[in-house]
Amino acid sequence: MGPEQKEFAELLESIRFIYGYDFTDYAEASVKRRVNNFMSNRKIPAIDVLGKMILKDEKLFEEFVQELSVTVTEMFRDPLFYKSLRSNVLKRLATYPFIKVWIAGCATGEEVYSIAILLKEEGLLSRALIYATDINQKSLQIAKEGVYPLEHMKQYTSNYQKSGGKNAFSEYYKAKYDSVLFDKSLRQNIVFAPHNLAVDKSFNEFQLVICRNVLIYFNQKLQNNVINLFHESLCPFGFLGIGNKESLLFSDKKDHFEDVDRKEKIFIKNK
Amino acid sequence: MKADEMHKAIVIGTSAGGLYALSFLLEVLPPDYPLPVIVVQHRYKDQKELLEQVLQNKCAIKIKQADEKEKIENGIVYIAPPDYHLLIEYDLTFSLSNDAVVSYSRPSIDVLFESAALVFGRQLTGILLTGANRDGTDGLLAIKKYGGVTIVQSPAEAQFSYMPQWAIDKGAAKFVLTLAEIQKIFLDIIPFKK
Repeated sequence: MGPEQKEFAELLESIRFIYGYDFTDYAEASVKRRVNNFMSNRKIPAIDVLGKMILKDEKLFEEFVQELSVTVTEMFRDPLFYKSLRSNVLKRLATYPFIKVWIAGCATGEEVYSIAILLKEEGLLSRALIYATDINQKSLQIAKEGVYPLEHMKQYTSNYQKSGGKNAFSEYYKAKYDSVLFDKSLRQNIVFAPHNLAVDKSFNEFQLVICRNVLIYFNQKLQNNVINLFHESLCPFGFLGIGNKESLLFSDKKDHFEDVDRKEKIFIKNK
Repeated sequence: MKADEMHKAIVIGTSAGGLYALSFLLEVLPPDYPLPVIVVQHRYKDQKELLEQVLQNKCAIKIKQADEKEKIENGIVYIAPPDYHLLIEYDLTFSLSNDAVVSYSRPSIDVLFESAALVFGRQLTGILLTGANRDGTDGLLAIKKYGGVTIVQSPAEAQFSYMPQWAIDKGAAKFVLTLAEIQKIFLDIIPFKK
């Protein structure tokens, strides 16, 4: 381990020790990139200087954690994933009297509203409850508000249509100036709550867990822990959806899941 | 110093016009090429595997899309997947990231080059080819800072000169070369174990 790498590891270790945020099992290259961006934006010259600053200054630490844990997403990203959910998963979910969905690492909520729209179009939203969780409080706040830039709607509309959308996408939001506000009725059955996949435990039992493009930020050990957490949180024959480039390969629970759609990375828990 | 201690990896970044330039460089590499070659080509997110297929049809060396947590091996050309950044970890595996676009791009050349610079230091060669935006220059500067070699395609020859010219103007190029010259370096850089 080089001196720079060692300093970096020490920084993450002291953050864990003092603040309880555990980034030690995150994929190092991405975290490092974010730390470097944080330092260069604030003209902080070296890691040990940063370490001293954030361990003294709680407000700066908050900003640091926000920046380290922020993720970006879009509505109906990878439309074929949503199409597959519609045709392979929702019909089976319809057999439950009450449907619980966990969207883990929901970022700024675009996926949450996408799923809510899907459930609504299948007539399931009124008897569904969506738990949308993220480690990042600022992202959760944006997710709760459901306000997004108007400029993204063209892309989202195209995604929605490719996903097999049944209506005009514009029915789901109201545009005002440069923003759109998503329909309140979509939000009625969504609970937004903080949850840290690296340290927090299972908190309910779900028929569907969706966690897309979050595992890529974790090392193999943490990926394994998180898949275990999902396994524990799913009911028998519950469904798990992960990101396009993610897999269950590094999980010791991989034999406890079966492919529903191999390409779109949708699995069913079979033991 | 032995050759394989001097060089551990080659990274290549390109944007508009990159397909021709990449084929030109990669089609001469033998299947047992003693280094990994890691490529970011700006691409549309809907083209899932097309770029890999087109290149594989022209090349003897194995071409594949880089997978999450995949171990990096010699004799393979890895291409960054559409709509993800590609990064390199100290344990010589790949990481993908979903972070915001950099220089309007995901995958971004800067992101790959900067993470490769940290891991490979002076055992890295970074090459920036044709393109029409500013991605790659910061990455080359990082490679330079950590002691690696930086090569930029001659803007006079590049199909789109903006990207290489920007890198040269910012002092990121150690060598400015034509594709034919870069191709020679690819083959000369390492004495083949034949």
